[in-house]
Amino acid sequence: MSLPSPAPKLPVSLVANPRLSSWLRLTEGGRVAISPGKVEIGQGIVTALAQIAADELDVDIGRIDMVRASTATSPNEGVTSGSLSVQQSGRALRQVCAEVRQRFLTAASERLGVDAVSLEVDDGAISGPGNVRTSYWELADDVSLDLDATAGVSAKRIARRSVAGHSVQRVDIPDKVFARRRFIHDVAFPGLMHGRVLRPEISGTRLIALDEQTARAVPGLVAIVRNGGFAGVVADSETAAETSLKALRKAATWSAGEPLPDEDDLAGFLRSQPVETTTIDTRTAELARKPAQTLRRQYTRPYIAHASIAPSCAMAQWDGEHVHVWTHSQGIYLLRADLAIVLKLPAENIVVEHMEGAGCYGHNAADDVALDAVLLAKAAGNRPVRVQWSRHDEMSHGPFGAAMAIEIEADLDAENEIVGWRHAIWSNGHAARPGRAAQPALLAATEIANPYPRMISTNPPAANGGGGDRNSVPLYDLPAWTITSHRLLTMPVRTSALRTLGGQGNVFAIESLLDEIAALRGEDPIAFRLRHLRDERARGVINAAARRAGWKPEKRPGIGHGVGFARYKNMGAYCAAIAEIEGADDIRVKRLTLAVDVGEAINPDGVINQIEGGAIQATSWVLKERVRFDRTRITSASWTDYPILTFSEVPAVDVEIIQRPEIEPVGAGEAAHGPVTAAIANAVFDCLGVRVRDLPITRDRIIAAMERAT
Amino acid sequence: MSTIQFQLNGAATAVDADPDRVLLDVLRSQLSVTSPHFGCGAGACGACHVMVDGRAMTSCDMPMWSVAGKDVVTVEGLGSAEHPHPLQRAFISEQAMQCGYCVSGILVSAAALLQRNPSPTEAEVRTALDRNLCRCGSHNRMVRAVLRAAAEMAAS
Repeated sequence: MSLPSPAPKLPVSLVANPRLSSWLRLTEGGRVAISPGKVEIGQGIVTALAQIAADELDVDIGRIDMVRASTATSPNEGVTSGSLSVQQSGRALRQVCAEVRQRFLTAASERLGVDAVSLEVDDGAISGPGNVRTSYWELADDVSLDLDATAGVSAKRIARRSVAGHSVQRVDIPDKVFARRRFIHDVAFPGLMHGRVLRPEISGTRLIALDEQTARAVPGLVAIVRNGGFAGVVADSETAAETSLKALRKAATWSAGEPLPDEDDLAGFLRSQPVETTTIDTRTAELARKPAQTLRRQYTRPYIAHASIAPSCAMAQWDGEHVHVWTHSQGIYLLRADLAIVLKLPAENIVVEHMEGAGCYGHNAADDVALDAVLLAKAAGNRPVRVQWSRHDEMSHGPFGAAMAIEIEADLDAENEIVGWRHAIWSNGHAARPGRAAQPALLAATEIANPYPRMISTNPPAANGGGGDRNSVPLYDLPAWTITSHRLLTMPVRTSALRTLGGQGNVFAIESLLDEIAALRGEDPIAFRLRHLRDERARGVINAAARRAGWKPEKRPGIGHGVGFARYKNMGAYCAAIAEIEGADDIRVKRLTLAVDVGEAINPDGVINQIEGGAIQATSWVLKERVRFDRTRITSASWTDYPILTFSEVPAVDVEIIQRPEIEPVGAGEAAHGPVTAAIANAVFDCLGVRVRDLPITRDRIIAAMERAT
Repeated sequence: MSTIQFQLNGAATAVDADPDRVLLDVLRSQLSVTSPHFGCGAGACGACHVMVDGRAMTSCDMPMWSVAGKDVVTVEGLGSAEHPHPLQRAFISEQAMQCGYCVSGILVSAAALLQRNPSPTEAEVRTALDRNLCRCGSHNRMVRAVLRAAAEMAAS
């Protein structure tokens, strides 16, 4: 076999999981089973990966079965997060399929006596000169895929791709409109029991006594499970589980809690805690210019809830010393690692299998409830137990996106050009996912006998996009800067990964201050940004959004326009947003116009869907969302107390994709949040003449900003 | 415990249930109808919407005694892959979801709207869906899908 050279490097997911058969199998009935390590969380990844596989293998996408990830069979691709799935899983699958196709062509060449280069593949049928024919499935016994990828085969040329790059309909949507059971909440296992866990109202308390008598009398109760401060029930119906949990709640005695910060002085709290300080980046001007003045601005964002529409849910079933777990976790292997620590079992005894839940938008309670299910299922013999959290627990015990205080000092010369820039962040860490440390990150692990300490969130390294510091280094060509991140070493409010990590807060701060400086100069905010950007793709999305929005629309009373831009993680998708708002005391976002560049858009409609969704979710964060608490408990534990954007409040969203098939694809799920946040804030200034620097931008915050301004 | 009779997706149905149990629980655990989803248990998110006598209502806080003699329709009763409701077709055409957990409640709200108002304006669609929460931000696609279904139903 002649291989093209030089051989490209294997994609990261293939370096970790080189065995071809772990990704792809030919199955009966002329089908192909594709087994990625990434999971569907509503982002459409399974469809995008099927497209890539269909293209490289030359089979119809309808022949492809996407296998749900399981630690029993799937490649280990870490966590489905960070907008990396197309980048990691997609590249790996493209390479795997290219190599598999080549292996089959070689086998076909031998069987048919025809040179491999003269063979063609059409929907899995292989044919060549003289009407010779065979197929992947006919040759399946001759071609072993229990071999490692070599990187010795190149994927198709761009021009020959016919599925990737097109808007294929998502493979999971028919099930969801025809009510076929796909969600973990809906699946019916024979003998399924139901579990509920008793969690406190007060923050940081521990269960110290529990009178089980009333709960024991509930018909249908199977077991009350106690393990240190962890308590829950198993019952043969959900009603019995709920009823007995209610009885337990009345009979529980809790220790004193730990005080929460003042929700109305988040910056004061964040800036007064013990911290670990890291210098993220510095740039020194060749020729330092003396500043004529320094603007110092502080921006804050509150704790934000993931607020999935479904409460977190998991199932577990024990068989002796082995346990099988079904979960909507974003990281099945990472969850397994934490379960192994808590259960003191070898990881091989635990199978963690993915099953879809509702959108999670980061690290919500999905992993926590999996440990809950495992602990409760111990009391159910060999029967499976499904555990579902309450809405209250989902909104108060799951991790939140971390609150942030960001201060930027901008040194300006006499012409109000930026000559120096200091950006400092105070925030809890933005990641406390399972499977990354010697101690578990799961909630129940802090409650059981011999509890583990609550894991204080940390930040991913800068090479992975950072955490609190994500997007804090300006993409703009400023002469000098110092970026500093202060990570809190206390964590009274539990935090972990929420979509964009620190990106939303940092982009809000940078883009707000740039806007302010442009206004100070009397310069158009888009012209000002373009003047400081050399990156052509960055300029491309800003120009495209500006064109599409007719920048700058004529000034009308009561209407404001604003712009925001970022490249997610400074190495992912480029996105520019222009907001049109209507404002008096309350702000209404009327229209968002976005342009995005993700390199090769595998499924353009999928990319648009992600950008639209991100833009709307960001609008909700900006206008409405803030985790509320008093000094003892989280108080925003219902939809009434944690309102999100409704259908009537949702803006029109218009998205343009700049397709660049020649550039490796990156994810789109987190690109819009920062730019949209900034665009709305800047439109508020355009409309009302005040800068609101504390999110969310509510009526109270606008009034406060107006009072400060006068 | 008492026997409660009602119509479910066009079929006469009788269940033995505590009259204070909620409809959502009976549908999901006793009748294997899982399209209505639990979201909050407080009637605040719409994931559990079912049609009761033509109106979209939350089933998570609807006691069984109040269902007696009523006509209940869920997504299972709207249509199937073989005979889809125009709304189901339109939600596929518009790719009108991300995670899809809220979708069955939204299909029910939309079906109830189109029954009483076959040609709604965009604003009327939004108002009709205001009791349904979507966290993924698929709202505009869903609104387009409802308008598409309405147009298709008007044309046929």
